[in-house]
Amino acid sequence: MANDPGRIEALQNTWQKKLVDSLKKVPERPVRFTTWSDLDVPLLCTPNDLERIGFDFEKDLGFPGEYPFTRGVQPNMYRGKLWTMRQFAGFSSPEETNQRFKLLLGKGQTGLSTAFDMPTLMGYDCDSPMSLGEVGKCGVSVSSLEDMETLFDGIPLDEVTTSMTINGPAIVILAMYYVMAEKRGIPREKVRGTLQNDILKEYIAQKEWLFPIAPAVKCVIDTIEYGTQHYPNWNTVSISGYHIREAGATAVQELAFTIADGMAYVEESLKRGLQVDEFAPRLSFFFDVHNDFFEEIAKFRAARRIWAKLMKERYGAKSPKSWMLRTHAQTAGVSLTAQQPMNNVVRVAIQAMAGVLGGVNSLHTNSMDETLSLPTDDAVLVALRTQQVLAEESGVANFADPLGGSYLVEYLTHQVESAAWEYINKIDEMGGMVAAVENGYPQAEIGNSAYHFQRQLEKKEKVMVGVNQYTMEEKKRAIETLYIDRAVEGRQAKKLRDLKARRDAGKVQVSLEGVRQAAQKGENLMPSIMQAVRDWATLQEVCDTLRSVYGIYREDGKF
Amino acid sequence: MIQGNPERNRVRVLIAKPGLDGHDRGAKVIARALRDAGFEVVYTGLHQTPEMIVQAAIQEDVHVVGISVLSGAHNALVPEVIQGVKSAGLNDVLFMVGGIIPEEDFDGLKKAGCQVVFTPGTSLEEIINYIDKNAPAR
Repeated sequence: MANDPGRIEALQNTWQKKLVDSLKKVPERPVRFTTWSDLDVPLLCTPNDLERIGFDFEKDLGFPGEYPFTRGVQPNMYRGKLWTMRQFAGFSSPEETNQRFKLLLGKGQTGLSTAFDMPTLMGYDCDSPMSLGEVGKCGVSVSSLEDMETLFDGIPLDEVTTSMTINGPAIVILAMYYVMAEKRGIPREKVRGTLQNDILKEYIAQKEWLFPIAPAVKCVIDTIEYGTQHYPNWNTVSISGYHIREAGATAVQELAFTIADGMAYVEESLKRGLQVDEFAPRLSFFFDVHNDFFEEIAKFRAARRIWAKLMKERYGAKSPKSWMLRTHAQTAGVSLTAQQPMNNVVRVAIQAMAGVLGGVNSLHTNSMDETLSLPTDDAVLVALRTQQVLAEESGVANFADPLGGSYLVEYLTHQVESAAWEYINKIDEMGGMVAAVENGYPQAEIGNSAYHFQRQLEKKEKVMVGVNQYTMEEKKRAIETLYIDRAVEGRQAKKLRDLKARRDAGKVQVSLEGVRQAAQKGENLMPSIMQAVRDWATLQEVCDTLRSVYGIYREDGKF
Repeated sequence: MIQGNPERNRVRVLIAKPGLDGHDRGAKVIARALRDAGFEVVYTGLHQTPEMIVQAAIQEDVHVVGISVLSGAHNALVPEVIQGVKSAGLNDVLFMVGGIIPEEDFDGLKKAGCQVVFTPGTSLEEIINYIDKNAPAR
């Protein structure tokens, strides 16, 4: 028998003896062999390792497009449709970001992804004292429906899918997007895209919040409910591990906390009275793709397997669409170095390949200059071209799950999955993710991992090329960077003043009162917020109304 | 390697996050490293206005203020903090800035009273050594 365990063990023992001899001549390098997240890893695996972990082809692997989707969610994977090349973009004014969107679409990008600036993410208008110095810096400034319409001017919303990275005030921004589509006469079923709208990971990692946790989660469930009823092709939540990882989590923590966040949204939606198969197919995911090639591939495979099991077995979903974990991925911003920044092109390419071998559905590749500033047009183009080279030249897109069946990759997938289940079970015992976040559990775990990694870096137990090894004197700034001047703040504020002068102030008051009453009564907020933005209420006016009902959230200075 | 040194205990450090920026990984790692090194450390938490940071600096009578900004708002926020601390009469303070700071802004920040800018890749040890050498003696 080809895979007779006894025979394999005998062969391995013989080989082991030879290995011991060879180690006398060529000893191992004096380092711990670990993944980037510090998991100890074996030199190699054999069929016996898979036997030991109880690996079962049908149960654990199967075929692409089939439960448990370890091999990907499409039966023919990238042969049918390549992953969506979706570069996250947004800076300065809506006009300037609109130009960047058009540039990207003109170069073959297939979806849009919007980055908003800090004031927008926190629910403040561009003219708020809280927005001082922040307008248009980290993303595009959107304070009103007018800004939203400028941002997407000339872009066919019924042909391009749009992703919007916003969470705290996501319900208001989504209302603006729906109203914009409505004004253009686009049928609701043709409005396609994704709202990040994952508020739990804000308290855990990204830290851009508006309200206390309970009402904030309620807003998320409002968008799920409204989307389920009216916008059947809109992805209501993009359950995001990216920020959790960037804040310092390990691969396993990223995976486990993200899945646990997803479980919280599912459970809250069920409590709202929705049927699991009505809303679950519109939940999507967003993960980081970090440095460690095989660990990342294992993470994506494990993620699909865990979610499929949860949805089918725990939540009783019947539709295969509910079982599928569809995910966007972004290469790891935190892995980019300011030192020798051209090296970042290489890092991004390797990470992107891990994402594709891990079977992601959509991908953002970072630009080499993103640790210095928002990216220039040239840097963005190299990043997009990296994906196109992968898709068209490397050959990897020919295969579904090309590493499936690799003893090592199956073993690692199992390791990552088991470790993630341990966290998921622990969070269950705490009463679910909302309770765990309130107790600061994931926040503390991430803080510990971040500190552990930094200490390892200082001891050179982990090496970053150009940072703590292979350093060199560099001439000042090796590449060009993008500079956003503060004039955008004044220009945006003027537009907002003009809008406020033009609109019917009485109508705005009435519609904001509608939002307040809906919030007080605990009704779904979507219809009243849509009316308010239709009447040209600003982002902050709606958010302030909600803040007056819900209160605000503050984190203590624990570290 | 971070070595704890009890003599550092006399130096009080405020790590501050002004503005709306939520990126707190660096601020928290540095706060923790400084504490492990022996300094007395207070972290403001997120989303602080310059006035709130000034208040905290005065209340704790700190020797060092480390301001972390990754959102690009440093030119607007850092001078306000420094001005505020100085006009409150706390003159002998070491101001440090860390984060994503373009080189062309270094001079402006230094003119505003910031003594040093730490950009990505700076080691914890470097920061600790800098404070050892430059924290006011009072």
